[in-house]
Amino acid sequence: MDEILEILEVNARISLEDLQKITQKSKKELNQTIKTYEKKGIIVKYKAVINRQKIKNDSRVVALIEVKVAPQKDVGFDLIAERIYRFPEVKSCYLLSGTYDLLLILEGKDIHTVASFVSEKLSPLSQVKGTTTHFLLKKYKEDGVILVKGEKNRRLPITY
Amino acid sequence: MIAKRIKQVPPSGIREFFDLVLGMPDVISLGVGEPDFITPWRIREKAITALEEGFTSYTSNSGLFSLRRDISNNFKKKYSLSYNPDKEILITVGVSEGFDLALRAILDPRDKVIVVSPYYVAYPALVEINSGRAIYLVTKEQEGFKISPEALSKLVEQKPKAIILNYPSNPTGITYSHQELKEIWRILSRKEVIIISDETYEELTYEQKHVCFSSLDKKAKQQTILLNGFSKGQAMTGFRVGFACGNEKIISAMTKIHSYSMLCGPIISQIAACEALRAKEDIAYMRREYKRRRNFIAEELNRLGLFTIKPQGAFYCFSSLKKYKVNSLDFAKQLLFKEKIAVVPGRAFGKDFDSYIRISYANSLDNLKEAIVRIERFLKAL
Repeated sequence: MDEILEILEVNARISLEDLQKITQKSKKELNQTIKTYEKKGIIVKYKAVINRQKIKNDSRVVALIEVKVAPQKDVGFDLIAERIYRFPEVKSCYLLSGTYDLLLILEGKDIHTVASFVSEKLSPLSQVKGTTTHFLLKKYKEDGVILVKGEKNRRLPITY
Repeated sequence: MIAKRIKQVPPSGIREFFDLVLGMPDVISLGVGEPDFITPWRIREKAITALEEGFTSYTSNSGLFSLRRDISNNFKKKYSLSYNPDKEILITVGVSEGFDLALRAILDPRDKVIVVSPYYVAYPALVEINSGRAIYLVTKEQEGFKISPEALSKLVEQKPKAIILNYPSNPTGITYSHQELKEIWRILSRKEVIIISDETYEELTYEQKHVCFSSLDKKAKQQTILLNGFSKGQAMTGFRVGFACGNEKIISAMTKIHSYSMLCGPIISQIAACEALRAKEDIAYMRREYKRRRNFIAEELNRLGLFTIKPQGAFYCFSSLKKYKVNSLDFAKQLLFKEKIAVVPGRAFGKDFDSYIRISYANSLDNLKEAIVRIERFLKAL
């Protein structure tokens, strides 16, 4: 992957000045490259990774839902996936190999919201052959960041 | 009570400064000679498993055969260098022990050893401790802190027993191209000089490909003691694993000393080192990070008027204070007191380098940025 993407993927808030210094590329070149990535949809969005476990009274629930679906002629899984991922409560939707087909990551304000989504929206779809819902209990690591307990470097402050 | 030759070794001139840093909280330290990364997990996990499986014994004096074999294969693949894992490789406790063993194995009292300055602090001290005499090849900033062939030609006339090479270098971060090494070898090959080549920072070479001194030709391999280890590139300083490669005679002599004094390196660390040879992605990641920080800090230091040759390896900048007309210890002390930034005064690396400071960029980009803000403020008030 290109170095600029690699850096932005870890820190999207890096300033253009710093980016210029660490890549030794001109600001003009960096600007153009980033614009091209945005235009092509390679860079889709800049967002923060939030550790919700540290927010008081945040009662939202996250569920991982395995969905078994019947693929359709000519379009395979794409059409049914679209029917599902268009619901805003579906935060992520992946097609997988293995014992089920689609994996959804769902966010809802409470357990009932998720349950009613599954029973009222998802299961009634004729191509959906079955679902298994897993409620997320604890996040240990997200987007490459360990959320529960950081590691501390124990170096001496000065050594040769 | 203490042996004369030990008494004669001068204590580090900046010990007092180190104590000051140690006693001060919340310092951003650019004085650290080790990675800020914690050892990659796959290596640590291997060590944990080894411990669980009961690997708690001695190993053979030379070290685990599997580690020597993997090191040998690694050199074959990377540099087409062939070292027999049975007789030409010794696992040591860090490169430091390897260096000490090399000197102990080859030096008779008063033998001369060429030390290239600025030097890693242990070189002249260990030469003296081992009854040798350090003779200095002082490099110059305008020559990129590299060995000048003229200076080297002159020094070899003094019939030194050995020369210590260190590239990528601590403290300057410079390294040598194939052509430059060939020129050095052309001069050394005419004499019976043993080359102790400390290539600890081999993995941290940024633009060019590292060239092992012993890969220059057959005779170079015979005359070289290659020292390397897992501390820097693999971020395993605390594991204490290094190794020495060389001709059978020298390695056998070093092994003899090692078998009486150290017995062997710690088994857990040796098992972890085997895994480190496979952790190529982790190493590449750390190298990329250092390179970016290097780009950042070298540009910034030059902007601030602390002239810095862009380092090609390791994780140090050796920056000049000439513009500010201040000696390195005073500069480092004031910077520490006023802005809580620690750097190592250049005088630690040779008496001719009191107008330099060593800045380690083995630190997060955020810390480096903050350090630059503070250094800039400090320089303005000078």
